[in-house]
Amino acid sequence: MTPRLDTRNVAWMALSMALVTLPHVERLPVWITALAALAIAWRLYLGWKGGQLPRKWLLLTVVAGASAGIYVSFGTLFGRDAGVALLVVMLTLKLLEMASMRDAMIVIFLSYFVVLTNFLYSQTIPTAALMLVGVWVITGTMIGLQWREGALRYQETLRLSAIMLAQATPLMLVLFLLFPRVQGPLWGLPRDAFAGVSGLSDSMSPGTLSQLSLSDAVAFRVQFQGEIPKPNQLYWRGPVLWYFDGTSWHMGMTFESATPSYAPVGTGAAYSYTVTLEPHDKRWLFALDLPAKLAPESRFTTDFQMLANRPVRSRTRYEMTSHTSYRLGYEGLSPYERRRALQLPDGYNWRTRALALNMRNAARDDEDMVKQVLAMFRTQPFFYTLTPPLLGDNPVDDFLFNTRSGFCEHYASAFAVLMRAAGIPARVVTGYQGGEVNPIGNYMIVRQSEAHAWAEVWIAGRGWVRVDPTAAVSPLRVESGIAAAVPATDALPLALRSNSEWLRQLRFTWDSFANSWNQWVLGYNPERQYWLLSRVGLDRATSQTLALILLGITAFITCIFAVVILRRLHRHARDPVVAIYARFCRKLARRGAQRAPSEGPADFADRAARRVPEAAAAIRAITESYIALRYGAGSDRAQVRRLKRLVRELQ
Amino acid sequence: MKRMPTPTMLLRATTTASALRPADDAEAQTETGPVPLSNADIRAMTLPLERVFAQVNRIILGKAHQIRLALSCLLAGGHLLIEDIPGVGKTTLAHALASTLGLDFQRIQFTSDLLPADIIGVSVFDREAGSFKFHPGPIFTQVLLADEVNRATPKTQSALLEAMEERQVTTEGETRPLPEPFFVIATQNPSHQVGTFPLPESQLDRFLMRIRLGYPGADAERALLQASPRRALLSRIEPCIGADELASLCAGVARVHASAALIDYVQALIRHTRTAPELTSGLSPRAGLALLQAARAWALMDARGEVLPEDVQAVTPGVVGHRLHAADPHGRINGVDVAARLIEAVAIP
Repeated sequence: MTPRLDTRNVAWMALSMALVTLPHVERLPVWITALAALAIAWRLYLGWKGGQLPRKWLLLTVVAGASAGIYVSFGTLFGRDAGVALLVVMLTLKLLEMASMRDAMIVIFLSYFVVLTNFLYSQTIPTAALMLVGVWVITGTMIGLQWREGALRYQETLRLSAIMLAQATPLMLVLFLLFPRVQGPLWGLPRDAFAGVSGLSDSMSPGTLSQLSLSDAVAFRVQFQGEIPKPNQLYWRGPVLWYFDGTSWHMGMTFESATPSYAPVGTGAAYSYTVTLEPHDKRWLFALDLPAKLAPESRFTTDFQMLANRPVRSRTRYEMTSHTSYRLGYEGLSPYERRRALQLPDGYNWRTRALALNMRNAARDDEDMVKQVLAMFRTQPFFYTLTPPLLGDNPVDDFLFNTRSGFCEHYASAFAVLMRAAGIPARVVTGYQGGEVNPIGNYMIVRQSEAHAWAEVWIAGRGWVRVDPTAAVSPLRVESGIAAAVPATDALPLALRSNSEWLRQLRFTWDSFANSWNQWVLGYNPERQYWLLSRVGLDRATSQTLALILLGITAFITCIFAVVILRRLHRHARDPVVAIYARFCRKLARRGAQRAPSEGPADFADRAARRVPEAAAAIRAITESYIALRYGAGSDRAQVRRLKRLVRELQ
Repeated sequence: MKRMPTPTMLLRATTTASALRPADDAEAQTETGPVPLSNADIRAMTLPLERVFAQVNRIILGKAHQIRLALSCLLAGGHLLIEDIPGVGKTTLAHALASTLGLDFQRIQFTSDLLPADIIGVSVFDREAGSFKFHPGPIFTQVLLADEVNRATPKTQSALLEAMEERQVTTEGETRPLPEPFFVIATQNPSHQVGTFPLPESQLDRFLMRIRLGYPGADAERALLQASPRRALLSRIEPCIGADELASLCAGVARVHASAALIDYVQALIRHTRTAPELTSGLSPRAGLALLQAARAWALMDARGEVLPEDVQAVTPGVVGHRLHAADPHGRINGVDVAARLIEAVAIP
């Protein structure tokens, strides 16, 4: 074992390893964590007691066993999760094989690699911060290994490591800004990366949205250019559901359309904004009802869903324009569409259908029918709650006549069923309603908890009209957001309960910070890069020019650092003590005591004291201090400062 | 260690062997880097040195600087060459130093017919024992005064000088170590005097220092004339320190700190002698070591734990004077002048 692989360095290595594998612990099987911890502890013990490293055959057995275990646990040795598990196991086992400096360097570089794997799971600020600490400690470990002059104190090691990382920062920035960008992540994320992402889906049954409402995860953020629409205009259109099977609503067939159109109403004023959509592994791109243009690499369906060409697997940003007042499909409804919009399964919800027929007979026309139903929701004891009672086989009947309390999906569903039963074409639209404006950064946050469902009915002469039955039951939901609308006893994510002002403020600040991180660090894509480059007049730069500029700047920065470091080395050779003494000699020279180059300090002090008797004491004190510092065995900074002060005070 | 001393030597040898131990310890310390001298160490060493200096100074009047140089040379473990005309007290100084330091003292008067065996010793057939028996010469002593060393033939000179360097003597295939410590104090007359064989450079180099006594000052001379004869004083000298104390002082010299800045200065001096056009040849690495070691001893004599450029300057004439020769066809520049010019020419870094 080389002397530099002592307990101290092994402990540093173990610490850096623990730091970088820590976030993986919750994602790894328990036995892998235990194995890794055991290997680290064993190596620490060996380093402490100075025992022999385990034999090769034992390690090979453990490696084979662990690989088999990983294959059993994950069903593969490849892919993100199994790969990370394999890496963690091998890295910690490498510790037990670490006998030479070369092994130690391998361990260090593997640790850097584990840092990278953490970003396959999470790219948030806390992860980045933890990994920065990890890199700091790993670099410190490397410094400790390479240090040849005795043992470094840990503060000193960390300081050196921090200095090195700080020196690397300009290079990092240049690489970040100029390295040719590819759309999306540099390499495709493995297929299993999006398990457990929450969001809207292509079907809706009672409980779907109320479940989603419990999540305060951000769905998307919106930056408005100019005016922000009123809360009751903030309907973010998502999946449109046509097919009802008695309990659940489904999308059914979707028809892509090159240019669906609608007519804006009023002055034609449009809202312009930029949406930054969190990955949700589905194709919907959300836009304010109704989008006036198409986001890049996406298509419209005939019912104005905006679908990306590929599932949204990385944070996506798009510019959007919307008209909140519009007329859609007023020219008429195709027979096929009419049939789809009136579809109802036989054998379900008979009471609802009977009620609808009765109400339609009593109503003057379709519009009156809509008003009647909304009035029913408003005037009769219907309740809006996150935790509705369970519904039976005929959920709409059950809801309308028995439980009478539900979340938006219940109301939208019941309303659409009533309309269809009365012969009025209707469909359910899901999406998000509302949004919270973050005063810090002045953008809007839309969370999963703002998921919403409403209905659209087709009225002859007016086309598709948005009707939100939830608004009839609970106007607060639309005006003030979900937290104000549901009963205080309902469980809601902490983030939505805005009791404490400072907590709100903290949350806004944090989200604003996270938003900037998303926009400028994670969302630094080819467009942003192009924008930035065009700002400095490089808008025609090809990848090759970029690479050349990159190399040039890298060389330039390296040269600057080289010059600075070399100059510091040079200055180091020129002792500060010598510089102070030279100043002392210059001062005395002005008073007539010129030191000959070959004159020793003590001789000079004698002569100078005779020449300038009034300063004799100071001259002796300075000379004594100088001799101790320059020719003595030990010196410390306090003494240098004292010498400096003495020379400064000498007139 | 196998040695073949005379009965009196044997007695001395036992004390010397015990005296050596602390020196060995100090040597072991230097391997891990010398431990700097503390103030207490310096005080403990300065007091005996002061006593030695004071006693020698009472006998050789008005030559304080030369006495200091001579003591530095011995403390640095080197041999001393005293060059001057007869009658200025060369022998007296050597004798006084030896007695004050409590060391064995032998004197050889070098003459042109002196043979190596007269110095080293000779094997004589012992009839009773039926074998040759080695009779050690006067060189088996701790302080050897080689008087008028340049009057002997080169062959005899080289026998002495070999012993100085090796600290052992080889005769008839047998190697015999010399006592510890072993100092040679040689005197020589200025080489322009009649009947001298000047020592070659290679042999001069074996002497750590060459000093000149010179005439005493007027006051010192008067005191000398008025006082009782020096011989009588010499016989009454009591040793101020013992051999073991001397050994620990020598070990203390090695612990005097020479900082990087000072080594720079010594190197600058050496470099100058090697490049300066007015000198025929530069200082050897051995001369450089001698310079630093003598400066350490000088610093310790001055009660300091670190070497200053002044210490180097003080010992430079003694150390380099007999090693450097000016490229001067008329021979008007002697070694001491060369040293003075050297010191003046080299800036202290």
